[in-house]
Amino acid sequence: MNRLESALRSVRDRGGKALVPFLTAGFPDRQTFVDLLLEAERAGADALEVGIPFSDPSADGPVIQEASARVLAAGYRLEHAFADLRAARDRGLGIPALFMTYYNPVLSRGSERFAREARQAGADGVLVVDLPWEESGEFLPVARDQGLDTVLLVAPTTPEERVGRIVAGASGFVYCVSVTGVTGQKRPVEATVDDLVGRVRRHTDLPALVGFGVSDAASAAALAARSDGVIVGSALIRTVGDHAGASAVARARKFLDSLREALKG
Amino acid sequence: MTEPQPRGHFGPFGGQYVAETLMPALEELEAALEAASRDPGFWEEFWGLLRTYVGRPTPLTPAHRLTEALGGARIYLKREDLCHTGAHKINNTLGQVLLARRMGKRRIIAETGAGQHGVATATAAALFGMECAVYMGAEDVRRQAPNVERMRLLGAEVVPVESGSRTLKDAMNEAIRQWVTHVETTFYVIGSVAGPHPYPAMVREFQRVIGEETRAQCLETLGRLPDAIVACLGGGSNAMGMFAPFLEDPVTLVAVEAAGEGVETGRHAAAIGAGRVGVLHGMKSFFLQDGDGQIQEAHSISAGLDYPGVGPEVAWLVESGRVRTVTATDADALEAFHLTARTEGILPALESSHALARAGDLAREIGPDGILVVNLSGRGDKDLATVLAAGKGGAA
Repeated sequence: MNRLESALRSVRDRGGKALVPFLTAGFPDRQTFVDLLLEAERAGADALEVGIPFSDPSADGPVIQEASARVLAAGYRLEHAFADLRAARDRGLGIPALFMTYYNPVLSRGSERFAREARQAGADGVLVVDLPWEESGEFLPVARDQGLDTVLLVAPTTPEERVGRIVAGASGFVYCVSVTGVTGQKRPVEATVDDLVGRVRRHTDLPALVGFGVSDAASAAALAARSDGVIVGSALIRTVGDHAGASAVARARKFLDSLREALKG
Repeated sequence: MTEPQPRGHFGPFGGQYVAETLMPALEELEAALEAASRDPGFWEEFWGLLRTYVGRPTPLTPAHRLTEALGGARIYLKREDLCHTGAHKINNTLGQVLLARRMGKRRIIAETGAGQHGVATATAAALFGMECAVYMGAEDVRRQAPNVERMRLLGAEVVPVESGSRTLKDAMNEAIRQWVTHVETTFYVIGSVAGPHPYPAMVREFQRVIGEETRAQCLETLGRLPDAIVACLGGGSNAMGMFAPFLEDPVTLVAVEAAGEGVETGRHAAAIGAGRVGVLHGMKSFFLQDGDGQIQEAHSISAGLDYPGVGPEVAWLVESGRVRTVTATDADALEAFHLTARTEGILPALESSHALARAGDLAREIGPDGILVVNLSGRGDKDLATVLAAGKGGAA
């Protein structure tokens, strides 16, 4: 079992709820991004999801689209994402991290090279948002060979038998998409999330984390109560907004503190 | 016939590269399409509409003076410009809207670049009394104002997309986002042989009437098949519709990519000629992209070819050697536009002008005893402002 999965299992084993902040790599600038990763750990994050910016983020809502576009316009490259995570590790970042990416940057880099460089950068897992179970055979085994956990998505539209197939190929945790939609746009319906997490639980004891619909402390608490923890992305990026440096870090910290507090239940 | 191999792959291309939320919707679409395909009533209604509403069959016009001007093989034009709404796009949108109705979906969404597919979708939606929203890059909304007005007159909502390069690829991203968000009630009408399986095969089947008619018309009026067929290539819907019935025949198939200001300038739309294999919009195919796999903007004087990728079946047919690709620049297309206007009395769409631009080379290659068919996929009235702004073509 890899570090990502074991960390999230141990949160559950001690009766806690996992908090996984999502940050777009290089946002709002390279230095602040690294500071944000370290601050998230100090705020009690259990793991981190790092989004690799892509030119055509069709699964993302406006907040992450905008963050990705800003970072790319500033000349951010894939190698910078690897270097920045490495820099955070070198400065003592201890919690597990996974890269979230669209498939084209992986394919362009070469699957094996991407996985190897991600691992060397200090990543523990990877999630490729537009690589569903049917197409996953060309990358997931390569990622696993490099020691990365392979996180897969399940959605409210995913039927039960399909959930079974998906979780059989997953490791790390199961990413439960709380809404039919893109990131950070809709408010989840609790019954929908209960159904989805229920379907997951019937097929695996991997931690089930909920994302796409965590907008504030109250929604984090509500979703965590029905799962093993939450991933929060758009709301965190929106909190950072146009800020950079110490002010961005302070704003993120305040927001993450409120989430951490809410998850104590 | 190249049918998608398991899970919708054409050789190494195609597939279903979408977020999990959409996978069940693609399965639902695939099942509905299979059921419709086996239902003779579905096809009767579709072909009936093509006859009584679109105005099919479209003629195969002998282009005597163009043949004379270019020298070489006898040139025939497949007149998709005479379809209702002015291009072949309507064949596909009627098919998909019929399917949407069968599936009980009440809301239609589509992406559009130049607006031709948007107009064709709005038209089909109006015909069946369905709600329709068309996503269009804000830059294209500005450039293609007449088509925006046409869509609105047809009752469609036109939604400007402000993200990314604010052109066709971003419109498609936004349509995908809207589809994910309203997946249970919404049918997404894709305009090209692109996107995740089953779209590329489905759109090809709705467009293959172009090639079926051409094949029958050649056999009937010429007593033989043509030596070669040439079509322009953006995503590939007019090319695949034309080529599909000829794949097993000894007919040279040529697709013309848009070279914009010249492939060497970097400002072009030649996804096969200058792109690399990648994944975007649900499919694996050739895309214009940088070294990190970030998708690059395409450039062409023809908005309908202004897409940084190409459909997966086209990619496979090119890779396997069955279809040959060449390029034509903006200047080549403008020159062909003017030549066709003056010799045949036809204003071709700037998209189709790319196919016409390579007709001379092919006609001479085949020689005077041969027959060349050019797919004249649309009419050029929509392009008047662009052509006038570019000045007198031939001089380039």
